[in-house]
Amino acid sequence: MSDPNRTATGLALRDITIMLRQARLLTIDACVAPGDVLTVMGASGSGKSTLLSFVAGFLDPVFFATGSVLLDGVDLTTLPAEQRRFGLLFQDPLLFPHLSVGGNLLFGLSPDIRGRAGRLAAVIEALAEVDLVGFADRDPATLSGGQRARVALVRTLLSRPRALLLDEPFSKLDVSMKHQIRTLVFERARARGLPVLLVTHDPDDARAAGGQTINLSPPCP
Amino acid sequence: MARVLAPVPNRPGSPLLILLPVLAFALLIGPVVAGLLGAVLPALGFLPTLGGTSLSLAAFEELSTEPGLWWSCWLSLSIGLVTTMISFLIVMVFVAGWQGTRAFGFVERLVSPMLSVPHAAAAFGLAFLIAPSGALMRLVSPHLTGLTRPPDLLIVNDLWGVSMMAGLVIKEIPFLMLVTLAALPQARSRELSRVTAGLGYGRLAGFTHAVMPLLYRQIRLPVLAVLAYATSVVDVAMILGPTTPAPLAVRVLQWQSDPDLHRRFVAAAGAVLQLGVTAFALLIWLTGERVMARLCRIAAPSGHRYVRDRTGRIAGAGAMILSVAIIVAGLVVLAAWSAAGLWRFPDAAPLSFSLANWARALPSLVAPLINALAIAAAASGFAVILALGALEYEARAGKTPTIRALVVLFLPLLVPQIAFLFGLEIVFARLALTGTLAAIVVVHLVFVFPYVLLSLGDPWRSWDRRYGHVTHALGKSDNTVFWRVRLPMLTRPVLTAAAVGFAVSIGLYLPTLLVGAGRWPTITTEAVALAAGADRRLIGVTAFIQAILPFAGFALALAIPAVMFRNRAQMRPQG
Repeated sequence: MSDPNRTATGLALRDITIMLRQARLLTIDACVAPGDVLTVMGASGSGKSTLLSFVAGFLDPVFFATGSVLLDGVDLTTLPAEQRRFGLLFQDPLLFPHLSVGGNLLFGLSPDIRGRAGRLAAVIEALAEVDLVGFADRDPATLSGGQRARVALVRTLLSRPRALLLDEPFSKLDVSMKHQIRTLVFERARARGLPVLLVTHDPDDARAAGGQTINLSPPCP
Repeated sequence: MARVLAPVPNRPGSPLLILLPVLAFALLIGPVVAGLLGAVLPALGFLPTLGGTSLSLAAFEELSTEPGLWWSCWLSLSIGLVTTMISFLIVMVFVAGWQGTRAFGFVERLVSPMLSVPHAAAAFGLAFLIAPSGALMRLVSPHLTGLTRPPDLLIVNDLWGVSMMAGLVIKEIPFLMLVTLAALPQARSRELSRVTAGLGYGRLAGFTHAVMPLLYRQIRLPVLAVLAYATSVVDVAMILGPTTPAPLAVRVLQWQSDPDLHRRFVAAAGAVLQLGVTAFALLIWLTGERVMARLCRIAAPSGHRYVRDRTGRIAGAGAMILSVAIIVAGLVVLAAWSAAGLWRFPDAAPLSFSLANWARALPSLVAPLINALAIAAAASGFAVILALGALEYEARAGKTPTIRALVVLFLPLLVPQIAFLFGLEIVFARLALTGTLAAIVVVHLVFVFPYVLLSLGDPWRSWDRRYGHVTHALGKSDNTVFWRVRLPMLTRPVLTAAAVGFAVSIGLYLPTLLVGAGRWPTITTEAVALAAGADRRLIGVTAFIQAILPFAGFALALAIPAVMFRNRAQMRPQG
């Protein structure tokens, strides 16, 4: 169902096949418009996280992939991860334990914002937007799960990503928190016009995302 | 539409990085090969600087006429095998009988401090305990023995090397314990032991049948390294070993330092013979491995549960605790002698304590202390840089360590020190490097690097790679990942590895002596040199300083991250 006249903006996964040794793990051909969410569902072992790591640019060398990843019509497949500028969120917030909350955000903040004071102000403002006023000096280890998830989101957004890749980022949050963070992430992505690729095994995530859903079938024997 | 193979992303990496693993391999292989050549050629009569230009077996003929040569070989062989066997058995029985218990956790915490005590200090401590006029005899005299004078017994330096074996066993147990602890999770020891317990097997039998086959494969190289070390150790032999004749390695050193330069040919032949003795010991051990594996396979189908293993378990724990107690008590006695005033036999304690011994000893120990610290700091520093480089190269290139690389890593620990250091000294002499600080640091690095890499490898590799993915996704380069994320997050294991390297370097005797040509005395060479004398107070001061230096290194390795990350809960141990 490859259609060369598809919209040029957004994230396109074109004719991607990922193989593990001789066996085909998955095939996908899809695109996500800016602000939309593409949900890829599948049980564990279906290769959904592998797909995400291929798109992000760090596919484990045991896998073998064909196809290409395009953003706004530009092929990024040969670019290393750091030049793709795809924001990444995992099920663990993965805040750097050796840095403060503010240190984590300053590390993520795009280098385009210059000057110590200006950068600090950007970080403080971003924290305020997610109800974390005064958290800049805190040790990430002292935060609650929901607070950590919000800091991780802010860290990603401050790096000015061009798309978001989410690897079950809500699965470790408790139910009430899950809803809140999920809404926050999708809201922010929509506001910035970021295409989002979400891999999950939770049907609630897919429903909340509201966009196209692709089910990966289990790998062929 | 034709499928296009998605090309691998181009990483703008630094091509210079590959130099570090290359350098590390060169460091592990180069000196050993050069050193062995430097021993084999003179052994065959080729040493132009001393007039040897033709090949002959004259050196071996002369060697064979040395009195007591075969007894020396027998001592090296028997001490090596017995020491390794006993230490290995104690560690295995203890682990099998007690893993998962509180006693096990207690011993687990003591392993690293015990390991950091240098061999020479532990050997002196043991000598001070068991000598006829030692602490143990004083404790039971005169009440139990009726003795008012030390008995005329040859306990230390006994003919068969029993006290030397004891001194080696107490030091090899912590080493084998540490490598075993590191291998237990991979051997799935806990789970498998539960399974065998569920099938009704006694702890020792279950462990032997289910865990040992996997575990032994993991700890095999370290066990062989212990065997190679014990067959050729010099410093412990000079303190505790037999003297008439001494084990082979000690005699090679004596021939090497003989004022008659012609004796160097005999020394070279002796070094080659030592290589043969160690190789023979390894061969016996490898044969023993096969026999044991065979016996286990024969015994397993019988289904005997061996439930009554209480005696064995208690013996294992007793031996383990005894070995720790000997090291600790030895250090206490060393400290007591270092501060002792008048201390007559059979008094259990000195009549008075004073700092006079320290005041007398310290002026001559300042230079050796500074040398030791400088060499150890340089060697451990370089070793950490090399190890980080090799590990980072491995991570970026997506490689996993191979068995072959592991064997290379253990190479300097599997070849007897005396066999290749002797030849290396000759090579260095040719290059006019003998006696230079650079040469000493390089040779220390050969022995320090494997331990540093072994210590750092596991924590470095088990770092959660997703932190790297997240950092890349934030638009950062490989170098930023390394310097600003991975290295800071792993500060603690990096410093611990540096402290391990520091401790190894402080304890090195033979490399410092041979390559330093006596120009760089360290606290360790000074301590061992005192073995021949009888000044217990001076030995007490020197050996005690030697023992506490590694502790100081480990204390720093704990304190620095504790201060650096005092407000970071997750950076604390087990955080």
